[in-house]
Amino acid sequence: MADETLDAKGLNCPLPILKAKKALKGLENGKTLEVLSTDPGSTADFEAFCRTTGNELVEHVHEGDVYRFLIKRVA
Amino acid sequence: MAQKDSVEALSNAKKMTIICTKGSLDWAYPPFILATTAAAMDVDVTMFFTFYGLTLLNKDLKLKVTPLGNPAMAMPMGGMHMSMPNMVGMIPGVTDMASVMMKNLIKKKGVASIEELREAAVLSDVKMIGCQMTLDLFEMDKGDMIDEVELGGAATWMAHALESDINLFM
Repeated sequence: MADETLDAKGLNCPLPILKAKKALKGLENGKTLEVLSTDPGSTADFEAFCRTTGNELVEHVHEGDVYRFLIKRVA
Repeated sequence: MAQKDSVEALSNAKKMTIICTKGSLDWAYPPFILATTAAAMDVDVTMFFTFYGLTLLNKDLKLKVTPLGNPAMAMPMGGMHMSMPNMVGMIPGVTDMASVMMKNLIKKKGVASIEELREAAVLSDVKMIGCQMTLDLFEMDKGDMIDEVELGGAATWMAHALESDINLFM
C-alpha cells in the first residue's frame, strides 16, 4: 500500500507531473506515492521524471483507462 | 550533512533559460509547460519575456488565439475537425470566438490554464525576467505585472544563458 495517493485522473500534461512533484515533496524519504492518471502520455513522462529526479518508479500498471504509478521518494 | 547535501544538489542542478517572444494563447503554452516541468525535475529555470511575450506577465491575462495565417489550426467538433479559411479569420469577432472555443476545449480536456501554469512556475521558483526595452517601447507598466517579475536586458539573459545547459527561444 502506498503512503499517499494522488488522484490526477482527467488532468493533462504537465499537471500530473507537477502535482506528483508537489506530493513527493511532502513525503519523507523512503515513503511511497501512488499516482492515478488517465493521460496516456503519463507512462513515458513518469518514467522520465523518475529517471531524471532519482526517485524510484516501483511499479506502473495500466488498468482500463487508468494508469497507476507507485513512486518511492528517494531524492 | 543534510544541509551540505542540499547545497551540493543546488550547485549540481541543471539550468535552463527560455526566451518567450509571443503573447498569444497557443504560444503561451510551450514555455510555461516546459518551465514548470523542468522545475519539477529539479532544473533551475529562468524565463526571459520580450516583445509580445512580455504581456504574459500581466496580472490580468486576456489571451487570444487567431486562425488567421494558421492553416494547421483545426478544432475538433462533433467528431470532425473544423478549420477556418483566412478570409473568415479576418471577420471581426472571429478571433474572440476562436479564443473562447479554445479555452472551452482546454477546460474540457483537463489542460491547465496559463494562469495556473504561471502560478505553478512562481511557486517552483522559476525566475521571470521582463525585458526593460520592451516595457519602454510599448509603454507598458510594471505595476500591471505579477510581483515576481524582475526587469533586465539582453546582458541579463546572457549571464543566465552562459551558465545554462539548455537555452530555448520560443
